[in-house]
Amino acid sequence: MFEIFGIPSQALFGQLLIGLINGSFYALLSLGLAVIFGMLNIINFSHGAQYMMGAFAAYLLLAHTGLNYWFALVLAPLVVGAFGIAVERLLLRWIYRLDHLYGLLLTFGLALIIEGVTRNYYGSAGLPYAMPEALRGGQNLGFMFLPNYRAWVIVASLTVCLATWFVIERTRLGAYLRAATENPTLVNAFGINVPMMITLTYGFGVALAAFAGVMAAPIYNVSPQMGSELIIVVFAVVVIGGMGSILGAILTGFGLGVIEGLTKVFFPEASNTVIFVIMAIVLLVRPAGLFGRRV
Amino acid sequence: MKKIAALTAFATIFAFGSASAQQVAVKVGVLTDMSSLYADVTGPGSFLAARMAAADFMKDHPDVKVEVLSGDHQNKADVGSQIANQWYDVGGVDMIIDVPNSGVALAIAEVTRQKNKVFIGSGPASSDLTGPKCSPNTVHWTYDTWMLANGTGKAIVKTGGDTWFFLTSDYAFGHALERDTSAVVEANGGKVLGKVRHPLNTNDFSSFLLQAQSSKAKVIGLANAGGDTINSIKQAAEFGIVKGGQNLAGLLVFASDINALGLPTAQGLIFTETWYWDLNDASRAWTKRWHAERNATGKVPTMNMAGVYAGTLHYLKAVAALKSDADGRAVVAQMKKMPTDDPLFGKGEIRADGRKLHPAYLFEVKKPEESKYPGDFYKVRATIPANEAFRPLKDGGCPLVSG
Amino acid sequence: MHKLAEPTMRRETRLADRSEAIAFVVMLVFVAAAPFFAYPLFLMQVLCFALFACAFNLLIGYVGLLSFGHALYFGWASYVSAHAAKVWGLTPELAILAGTVAAAVLGLLAGSLAIRRQGIYFAMITLALAQMMFFFALQVKFTGGEDGIQAVPRGRLFGLIDLADTMTMYVVVVAIFLAGFLFIHRVIHSPFGEVLKAIRENEARAISLGYKTDRYKLVAFVLSATLVGVAGATKAIVLQLASLTDVNWPMSGEVVLMTLVGGLGTIFGPVVGAFVILTMQYKLAPVGEWVLVIQGVIFVACVLLFRRGIVGEIAARLRIRL
Repeated sequence: MFEIFGIPSQALFGQLLIGLINGSFYALLSLGLAVIFGMLNIINFSHGAQYMMGAFAAYLLLAHTGLNYWFALVLAPLVVGAFGIAVERLLLRWIYRLDHLYGLLLTFGLALIIEGVTRNYYGSAGLPYAMPEALRGGQNLGFMFLPNYRAWVIVASLTVCLATWFVIERTRLGAYLRAATENPTLVNAFGINVPMMITLTYGFGVALAAFAGVMAAPIYNVSPQMGSELIIVVFAVVVIGGMGSILGAILTGFGLGVIEGLTKVFFPEASNTVIFVIMAIVLLVRPAGLFGRRV
Repeated sequence: MKKIAALTAFATIFAFGSASAQQVAVKVGVLTDMSSLYADVTGPGSFLAARMAAADFMKDHPDVKVEVLSGDHQNKADVGSQIANQWYDVGGVDMIIDVPNSGVALAIAEVTRQKNKVFIGSGPASSDLTGPKCSPNTVHWTYDTWMLANGTGKAIVKTGGDTWFFLTSDYAFGHALERDTSAVVEANGGKVLGKVRHPLNTNDFSSFLLQAQSSKAKVIGLANAGGDTINSIKQAAEFGIVKGGQNLAGLLVFASDINALGLPTAQGLIFTETWYWDLNDASRAWTKRWHAERNATGKVPTMNMAGVYAGTLHYLKAVAALKSDADGRAVVAQMKKMPTDDPLFGKGEIRADGRKLHPAYLFEVKKPEESKYPGDFYKVRATIPANEAFRPLKDGGCPLVSG
Repeated sequence: MHKLAEPTMRRETRLADRSEAIAFVVMLVFVAAAPFFAYPLFLMQVLCFALFACAFNLLIGYVGLLSFGHALYFGWASYVSAHAAKVWGLTPELAILAGTVAAAVLGLLAGSLAIRRQGIYFAMITLALAQMMFFFALQVKFTGGEDGIQAVPRGRLFGLIDLADTMTMYVVVVAIFLAGFLFIHRVIHSPFGEVLKAIRENEARAISLGYKTDRYKLVAFVLSATLVGVAGATKAIVLQLASLTDVNWPMSGEVVLMTLVGGLGTIFGPVVGAFVILTMQYKLAPVGEWVLVIQGVIFVACVLLFRRGIVGEIAARLRIRL
């Protein structure tokens, strides 16, 4: 066994893999933010709260209807996405003509409401959510023990991320979307229902957050505040990547997850600030972000 | 226009209370966290516990009128001391109880000393409240950091868990727990094999757990709290740490946390508490009443709530004995003079430094198949007698005793 | 596109000038009379938060920059000031000065990073930097972690005047608040302030007119952080404690809420907003469960229905400037 900077190589590989798992969540969440921002020009502060709603939906489905994890993986994003659509129709559409910052403030208020209501009904300690039977246990990879669930998280989130990228960048629907981002009036004139597209896009972005929430439920604490801390880190991820590119959001998410994982080995005390430090460095060197266009 | 609006707002805040002191009228203020992190371990459940104590007491003493208020300090020391000041000055409150969050509790202890009222801490953890920052107006009831470290550390080493690895939350609270527990472990012949410090509110503990796993320590001590503890336990289950023969020891775990984890995940976890609802008949009867009035599914009473009940009751007894609640210092002196006796903690006493003494229990979370009914969470692994559970008087550095 | 905080009145008429003066007198009377009706400690807290909100408003209301991380300067100033008074034994005015300097330095560092991006990126960057410094505050020893710095001595102003007396302290806080308030008023109406407003209205045009807008923005940012520092440092002395609450992100949200409720880009708005929100927090203390939800609802309602805020609405109805 050899060592790198005094750390056994097996620990290092283990951490790299684990970093990817963290990165899966960053990638899913920053992808959702980027999709919403691209279409609505709104930075969705309630993204963290909607991620939490996904996890809670999974819990409620199991507790009240007996529907297990696999159903939740499909149903929770649909339910929370529908909630997102209602939010867009009832609240967000009134402020598109205003300064973008109002979108931030409105969704921030929304996040407070969601978190507060959840806390009042379910308390703050959190709720139990058991690991799905099929994904218990793990593989011994020789250099580390990889729980099956972790492997599943990486695979599932990569799949969803790449599928999203494919739809937006490589299909006709995606072409409409991109066109509507550039020039909504013109696309509207072609007979495409742009307001409807906006609504569905928001619903989809929110559903992505909920999907991440369901994935988090078996391994992270399912509590009302699970999203609010995470969303700040994801904001930093988004600043680093720039929101101009879908692929950029995905790559940055995974990349920063890995870097954070490595920090946990070399300097654990700094592992929650490392992303912010990287953000500061990126701002100094490349103010527009790694993949961003100058805004 | 602005002024009128403002003036009405003024009038409304300060139309708060106009207390009248007839015979013996006592006002108890439950100052707690109603809405955030500690709302499940204290919060509405604590408020209810205080009301139950008042009702029980008034049954025996119809001449004493007890009123219970609640306030939410929102975990802000300034909001807390503001409420305390208002309660004492214009609200007619004589005693404040509970106050989870050590930062807020230390501030309340200071306000209470200045106004010569009574503060009974049930929620806060810091053992400084009866140490360097002790006060003749403070009683610290349920638990403290020294007792957690000592109880868990000593009892586990004695039952064979003699090698430790710590997962420590990287701030003063975590450091203190880790330091105190290590000292106890080593003093009892155990060995600390290593530690890793993680930042507060960490989502992913896998890297730290892998380090703990490869240390081969028999016991992994979790010197953290709340969401961090829950996350580390959940992920330890995922990595098969308990199945692999290592035990997790929580240094600050409440019944509500076990509720949040569920037994399949929490099984095998060891930790110390001073009260558990299923401990004896009296506790079970009390819990039944608590449930009936709390009327919230999926909630369990915690030791902090039990502390609020018992503390309120003992305070009221002292007031009744003195026939006055005017002088806070005198009431606390009386509380220390009278032995305590209540259905939840049994017989006990309050020491000169304000520390309430009662036994502590080392619990282990049951396996799901051992659990026979809802809330059947723990089995008792060891009982730590009252005189060993808490920090010896001379070690606390409390000026009230040494001076 | 609709800008944040429309100027309520464009031309400076004499009526407008007078309305500001009248409002100022009303505020003075109010501040002078208040301690006889209400809790002085509460009022001092309101004044500290009012200055906090005014300084925040300098940035959002007059430069159009939304900082979501102003807790950083507030919290750190209060830590440094509390530490200076308690451990170094400085007199209160020096302790407050120390806190203020700390906030200014932090403002310079954070500001020079944040102004590299506009709009929502700016908001996210300030939030992220503040969160980083929150973790730092949690980990370093001198802040006392969860316990905070407690029992900070109020000391003697200039080594002479004992501040333990509540009324004396109140007078000092009023003086600090008024100085800060008038300073901000002066900045807004100076040529410098006019350039800031030009940047808010159309940054590209301001650049084409030859203004180095980045420098203006940075100066405004540092000024704002510094004044926030004054407020935070004073609060630590008044309440005799500094705690994590003041440096955590919900505090950054609260100051946004205060300013939004009072009226973005109005001079008196943040003061009214601070008063309203703090009053609400204490009023709601018995029903604490709903504080978060109510704050959220106010946010949403303000953005959708009530963008001018209380003072902005009054000013618009009466066609005056406040």
